[in-house]
This record gives sequence, C-alpha cells and structure tokens, in this order.
Amino acid sequence: MPINIIVCVKQVVDPETPASAFKVDREAKRVVPASGVPPVVNGFDENAVELALRLRDAHGGKVTALSLGTDFVMDVMKKPLSMGADDLVLLRDSSFSNIDSFGTAVALAAAIRKIGNYDLILCGRQASDWDNAQVPLGLAELLGLPSITTAKSIQVRDKTLIVERALPDGYDVFETPFPAVVTVSNEAGQPRYPTLRGIMMASRKTPITWGLSDLGLDASAIASKLSLLDLFIPVTQKQCEFIEGENDADAGRKLALKLREAKLI
Amino acid sequence: MSGLMVIGEISDGKISSSTCELLNAGQMLDDTLKEGVVAALLGSDPGKATQDAIAHGADKVYLVEDPLLKDYQIDAYLAALEKVCKDTSPSIILIARTLIGRDIGPRLAFRLGVAVAQDCIEVKIDPNTKGLVGNRPVYGGNAMAAVTFTQLKPHIAIVRPKSYAALETDGSRKGEVVTIQVKLDPALVKVKLIKSVKEPSEGVRLEDAQVVVSGGRGLGGPEPFKDLEVLAKLLKGAVGASRAVCDAGWVDYSHQVGLTGKTIAPDLYITVAISGASQHMAGCSGAKVVVAINKDSSANIFKEARYGVVGDWNKVLPAFTEAVRELTQS
Ligand SMILES: Cc1cc2nc3c(=O)[nH]c(=O)nc-3n(C[C@H](O)[C@H](O)[C@H](O)COP(=O)(O)OP(=O)(O)OC[C@H]3O[C@@H](n4cnc5c(N)ncnc54)[C@H](O)[C@@H]3O)c2cc1C
Ligand SMILES: Nc1ncnc2c1ncn2[C@@H]1O[C@H](COP(=O)(O)O)[C@@H](O)[C@H]1O
Repeated sequence: MPINIIVCVKQVVDPETPASAFKVDREAKRVVPASGVPPVVNGFDENAVELALRLRDAHGGKVTALSLGTDFVMDVMKKPLSMGADDLVLLRDSSFSNIDSFGTAVALAAAIRKIGNYDLILCGRQASDWDNAQVPLGLAELLGLPSITTAKSIQVRDKTLIVERALPDGYDVFETPFPAVVTVSNEAGQPRYPTLRGIMMASRKTPITWGLSDLGLDASAIASKLSLLDLFIPVTQKQCEFIEGENDADAGRKLALKLREAKLI
Repeated sequence: MSGLMVIGEISDGKISSSTCELLNAGQMLDDTLKEGVVAALLGSDPGKATQDAIAHGADKVYLVEDPLLKDYQIDAYLAALEKVCKDTSPSIILIARTLIGRDIGPRLAFRLGVAVAQDCIEVKIDPNTKGLVGNRPVYGGNAMAAVTFTQLKPHIAIVRPKSYAALETDGSRKGEVVTIQVKLDPALVKVKLIKSVKEPSEGVRLEDAQVVVSGGRGLGGPEPFKDLEVLAKLLKGAVGASRAVCDAGWVDYSHQVGLTGKTIAPDLYITVAISGASQHMAGCSGAKVVVAINKDSSANIFKEARYGVVGDWNKVLPAFTEAVRELTQS
C-alpha cells in the first residue's frame, strides 16, 4: 500500500556556529546569524526526510516537504527535494516573523489539511534554534492524531505503524494506527547526501508557496501566546588553568598531580 | 482560575525525584501566589504516593485512579489530565521535562489551548501580574531567554530536572486527597507499547557517577574508548561521549552527554578531544570541575574548563592515566 508522507522542515541558524561567533541583538531580542554562515535545514528534520524516503522507497507513495518561515534561502530549502522528496510547500507570510510554537502549529495544520491525503506526518524531534519540541505535538492535537516522539525507526505493517522510540538506555516499540504524527531523532541514522541528479531535479522544481490567507487564516489565529522578555548570552566566569610540561606526556603527568593536589582524584 | 498544580509521576509506589523538585519549586512560587500547591497524580494503584507527595510539599493531591493509567500511555494520560485541569482550573501548571513530561506536556497545553514555556531552568512569578516567567536556555545553550505568557491561563512550564532541590521529607505535613472521577474508554488508547528493550550499562551509571571521562570525535575511532574505560575504572567513574561519537557508531547512544543525551553532574568531568559545543555542555553544566584535553587551544571547552592541557591526546592520555594509576594505587 502506498504511503503519503508530509515532512515538516524548518530553516534554522546553523547550530554548529562556534560559540565565539554566536551573537544576539539584545535590544531586538533576536539572534544575529554569524556573517558568512548560511542557515541550514534543521538536522532532525533531515533525519525525518530520510525516514520518509525510506518508507516511500519501500511502499510507494509521495513525500511532501512543508516549511513555514519568512526569509527562506532557496538553496537551503530545496535540500529535501534534492534528497528525493517529491514536492515542497513553503508557507511564507510577513505575519510569521514573530510567530510562536502555537501559531506555527496552527498554520502548519491548516496547510496539512489543504495538502490532504496524508498517512503520516513526520517532524524533527526539536528545532535546534529554540529546542522547543512542541510543534509536532501541537499538530497531533490540532489534527486529532496519535503522536509518538523521538523515533529511531518506523515500519508499516498492515494498517499500523511500528515505531521504535529512542530512550536513554534502550528503546520502546509502539504500535499505532495511521495517520499519525511521529518525531524523528538522530538515532534514525545519517540522512542521505543529495546526488547530482537529485540536485538537478530539485533546481527545476518550483515550490508551492502559500500565504496566511491561502490557508484560510487571519492574524488572530496565529497570535503569540508567549512573549519574550529578554534574550542574552550567559557569561561564564570560569578561568581555565593551563597545565604545561616539557612535552605533551609531561603535561599529562602534571595534570594528574594537579588533580591530586586539588583532592579531585 | 487559581492554584498551582504540579503534574506528578509515580514510580515504585513513590513520587519521582523530579516531582519532589517541582513541589519545592511550587512552594517557592506560592510564597508570592499564596494559593496553595496541588499535586496531580495518575495511576492504577498509587499506594503511598499521595502521602509521599504531601510530605514533599503538596498541600492537596488530586488523584485519578484507573487500570488504564497503570503505565504511562499518552492517550489515556492526556484524557485524564485534561479532565483534572478542566475540573479544577489551575492557573499555573509545572511539569518535569522527563521522558513522560516532554511527551505529554506540550500536547496537554495544545489541548487546553494555551502556550507552554519549554525546558525552564528557573520559574518565577511576576509580582504584578501574578503571571509565570520562565528562564530557559535556547539555541543549544548558547543563549538564555526569559519568556512570559499572555493573560490566557493556565500558564504551563516544563522544567528541566535537577533545576531545583527537593524538600526534606516532612511526615507531619497534612493535606487533603481528592479523587477525581474520569471515565476512560480503552478505545481511546491509540498508541500502544508492544515491547520495551533495555540496554543496561555495565559498571557505574553515567548519571550517578562522581567521575565521568568522556571522549569526542578527535579520538578518531572506537578503539581509544578502551583507554577511556581503563581511566574511568581507576577513578571509579563512567565513560561518556559526545553526540558526534555516538552518531559515528563508535559507542552506544547510552553514553551520549548533552542536550539530547544524558544530563550528568559529576564532581569531576574529564573530556578528551571534545570541542565543547554548547549542546554538549548543556548536559554537564552541573559538573563541579571540568578538565579538558584538546589540541586546539581555542576550543570552546577551555572556556568551560577549570584545568586544561593543550596537546595531542595520543601523548597526554597515556601519561595522565599512568600517573593517575600511581597516585590512586599508592
Ligand atoms: C539540536 C542539537 C542537539 C545536539 N545534542 C548534542 C548532545 O546531546 N551531545 C553532544 O555531545 N552534542 C550534541 N550536538 C552536537 C554538537 O553540536 C557538536 O556537533 C558535538 O558535540 C561535537 O562533538 P565533538 O566535540 O566530539 O566533535 P568536534 O566538534 O569535531 O571536536 C573534536 C575536538 O577534538 C579535538 N582533537 C582532534 N584531534 C585531537 C588530538 N589528536 N588530540 C587532542 N584533541 C584533538 C579538536 O581540536 C576538536 O576540538 C547537538 C547538536 C544539535 C544541533
Ligand atoms: N516553521 C516550521 N516549519 C516547518 N516545520 C516546523 C517549523 N517549526 C517546527 N517545525 C517542525 O517541528 C519540529 C519541532 O520543532 P519545535 O517544536 O519548534 O522544536 C521541527 O523539527 C520541524 O519538523
């Protein structure tokens, strides 16, 4: 049986930006992306795209990537397509600039209804900007679907999904009827690299773009319920004492003596 | 709407440690609110857990008993919590960011039509509005945010475990236990647990270890982890790892320390060839002393470390381990 999957993907500031290059504009309460560091598709969302493609390749069906944002970098956002997704739907509206998790879920849920004909909604376990891990559970609630978080594998068996949920010391196996919302964790394994052919195909595809009114929503439907009072970089006062020696091995020995002196070992 | 509610978790007939922490946090907030702290407990046979909650700071307990609530399953728990919230209209809800809390917390908020402040490490009451303010790390711990809510209630915060201490057990505390009747239909349960696979770690548990020795991508492969194990054993500690190492398959994910791995708070945390990305440090901010061995003097880990050696682990680690052996065995 073919399975139609919608994967929610978010464009985020590159989380591997080194701490020293990480800046916030405290006045505007915004993160200022480091110059020359382009945004990326949220890593866990790439894991979700990967699981979607594996399911489609095994069962047939269609994979649609769906994203909500304000200033998409097209080369970045086409990555799911170049990995092999069939369609890309972008929700773009100036009213999304200060949207919170609640509003995001409302708008994404409206888009999912509009796309229609879905068996499975996949999301990343959390977006690496706000580390919220909320939007997918909001989608489940708004669409009235079962939810399973932090999956490391998904299988389709008859009319049910078998999902392994990654845990700190092992995993749980769940069964649920579909459609369902499942969030994917990095334990699912490396996302595939786009092939040259994939990149060519993606460059020829035009994403479908919808604004707020296309979703049949108005600004009040996505109004923020949370507000930001402050955003700042915490200062650490730690002072590192560097242990030196005649060579690396000597430094290692001296480190042990130092820790002994400090009664740490 | 009034009152602060802590959503509790029961394990082995007692309330969980993170529930105790939240009851204490709740009592602190109630110094300003003065509306009392309620614990909501769900289970099939709560036993002494209700009294335990009172002894740890609950002024009142709302109890839902049902065979379907024996073990955590999201659909039944959600239905029960929704009923408790609708019947009792709390103005503030605290949930621990445990495996259960982070699964059910946001969904409960959406069901009640309200927002949630995720992963707070501090919660406060604005004395003017009586609204909740949450402080939370964002961007993998690179930044901190203070968030608050519109007037819509309840205000819900999901609080990172170990952010608050638990109160000492006080058996003399008194409180009322109110049973809330909820009709749970088994057909409600869509997500069913069919198997639980535990992969227990050998030796000292990473989360409980006083000493943790962690390795990063700079180790180059799985073999050096044997050396880390030797060192950890000498120090009666456990071995941790960065996510990069787990993703590469060098060690099992059960070793991962960090934002999406385990949270540790050892007395001594020795990192070898770990760069100290904020998402890694998010899991060890409770470590008392961090030691770093890294060949790059500009690595972020040195900003978090108390002692550091700038050098090649291939040379530093064997000499360090040997000296530790001499010092600890003499
Ligand atoms: C949402 C999100 C969640 C994440 N969660 C986690 C998490 O829970 N835990 C986690 O750890 N990471 C997490 N990460 C990943 C994190 O951002 C980093 O990518 C990761 O921690 C890097 O691992 P590392 O320090 O081992 O590798 P690297 O950053 O590659 O660092 C390797 C270090 O080894 C040093 N080195 C190399 N060779 C030698 C040598 N011969 N001798 C000495 N030193 C040497 C290098 O100087 C370098 O500093 C997360 C990322 C995201 C986006
Ligand atoms: N703006 C967005 N567009 C598309 N998907 C999103 C968006 N925000 C969140 N998601 C999805 O929800 C997951 C969790 O996000 P969050 O709740 O913000 O941590 C992400 O990994 C995405 O799959």
